[in-house]
Amino acid sequence: MSTSVHLVALAGPGANPVDDVRQMLALHFMVNAFRAGAVVAVLGAVIGWYMVLRRQSFVGHTLAVVSFPGAAAALWLGVSVTAGYFAGSIAAALVIALVPRSPAGRPGSQESAVIGTVQAFALATGALFVSLYGGFLDSVTGLLFGSFLGVSDGQVAALAVVAVVVLATMALLGRPLFFATVDRNVAVARGVPERALSVAFLLVLGCTAAEVSQITGALLVFALLVMPAAAAQQLTARPVLGLCLAVALGLAVVWLALAVAFYSTWPVGFFVSSVGFAVYLAAVAVRLVRDRTRRVAVPGAGRVGAAAPGMAVT
Amino acid sequence: MADVTPATPSGASSSGASSSDAGPAVRFEDATARLGGRDIWSHVDLSIGAGTFVAVLGPNGSGKSTLIKAILGVLPLASGRVEVLGRPPGESGADIGYLPQRRSFDPSMRVRGVDVVRLGFDGDRWGVPLPWGAARRARNARVDEVIDLVGAGAYAHRPIGEVSGGEQQRLLIAQALVRNPRLLLLDEPLDSLDLPNQGAVATLIADISRRFGITVLIVAHDVNPIASALDGVVYVARGRAVSGSPDEVITTETLSALYGTPIEVLTTSDGRRVVVGQPDASSHHAGAHGHRHDLP
Repeated sequence: MSTSVHLVALAGPGANPVDDVRQMLALHFMVNAFRAGAVVAVLGAVIGWYMVLRRQSFVGHTLAVVSFPGAAAALWLGVSVTAGYFAGSIAAALVIALVPRSPAGRPGSQESAVIGTVQAFALATGALFVSLYGGFLDSVTGLLFGSFLGVSDGQVAALAVVAVVVLATMALLGRPLFFATVDRNVAVARGVPERALSVAFLLVLGCTAAEVSQITGALLVFALLVMPAAAAQQLTARPVLGLCLAVALGLAVVWLALAVAFYSTWPVGFFVSSVGFAVYLAAVAVRLVRDRTRRVAVPGAGRVGAAAPGMAVT
Repeated sequence: MADVTPATPSGASSSGASSSDAGPAVRFEDATARLGGRDIWSHVDLSIGAGTFVAVLGPNGSGKSTLIKAILGVLPLASGRVEVLGRPPGESGADIGYLPQRRSFDPSMRVRGVDVVRLGFDGDRWGVPLPWGAARRARNARVDEVIDLVGAGAYAHRPIGEVSGGEQQRLLIAQALVRNPRLLLLDEPLDSLDLPNQGAVATLIADISRRFGITVLIVAHDVNPIASALDGVVYVARGRAVSGSPDEVITTETLSALYGTPIEVLTTSDGRRVVVGQPDASSHHAGAHGHRHDLP
């Protein structure tokens, strides 16, 4: 955390919110934080929406966590930390893609056990690389908990490029992937390459996790992947609306958290997760209230048709 | 009735007999399917006439779903040939509507019934659909049309996991119909439904088949709910299959030859038939137990 943040924090929010915003945006590191936050929020929300729908949250968490040993190894070897994040997540995505799944996509495959094993091993190797590196503790904290407030212009540009590539890929694959997720057997019968799409999605998820990790840290990626998407799916079952809502919630969570953190000495990641959690709780509450009112409005909904003729024999 | 090829007691029905006019919708020639090194069925010859309503019957594990998958081209044959709508399997695209065997959607699946039907229309296409334009309107009109056809309008906009089994089945039939197929493959659509719903869904399928001249192949555990609409029967058992009209196939002679063990078909006083002595393909215990196929 830089000194400037502490100085501002001591000043505290003033009476005029417009002045506060102006004051905040006068600082270049805050502008970059908002920019980078916007990129990772949009990316996390879109990919997260598919991840939650596909019930692959555990996979997403693992791909995020394994970016840590990748980045730690990069630090130790003295190569680009960005490359380390991507190498870790993509390698893990490929390993998970190799796990055979049960036919018809039913639960009961080895997938979660294998993923858990990969995650445990990855964390252990991350600890090893950190120990081999023997450097400053700050770097390790940055890998795990992010560096929202130290993003350079170059990093923002690089983030934007990766985000555009990932989102373009999703624009191309999104519809058949949705089909294969919701209705696998019919999609396969219609010629959708379900297996290839699953692998492609794991790679996209890995790239997203690696990218978001650089800003939020390996442990808090998950907040941006799962929270806006899960909240959006509580609020609507419409796919396009759900995606847009996830993006809006993601942006709101990140920007609000940054604004609050600006006036606090507490870490940004804490506010991102807390705001995200609050949004999710609110979404669940809205859904519960809505479900209850509908059940009262339409009593006995769910019955169909009358008996057909010729049904005497049972 | 005339479109379905007659069965022969040898277990292999004649092929080609019905291919004179429009040609059969589905034709198997000396076909063998293998899964995990085991022959599911072998040397199957059968043909399904265009526009007929045909039930695929047989004990559990006999390979009824495998037959459907071979027609879809999802499972390649180990040997022999299958021809679907005059083409190799897997090449008929929108001409085939498919409803796979399944229990139901996960109750927490946050996707609406109308989305599932729409996926049946264009879910296999790459890229992002334009949110406006004539193609979009035509798609939405067609989706609404089939939802009305199956009578699912009241609940099509609710999450599909939250509607009843019968309602889900209607939405899935709408999905299978949305691209105007010539051949409808329904794998146990009545399974897991209660009796009134079985009757209602069966009536709906038979009605659609007649109104639009669609060939329907329906895998069923119990022939009773669909019996009145049937043009033909494919009976799969003991690694073989026979086809023909219900009167020809569900007889003591044909089924005994198929099973290779004495099977008795009894006719009750009200004209229904009961199959007795049919061994269950998947059971490990010795002996046989009765299995009813009541026909009017």
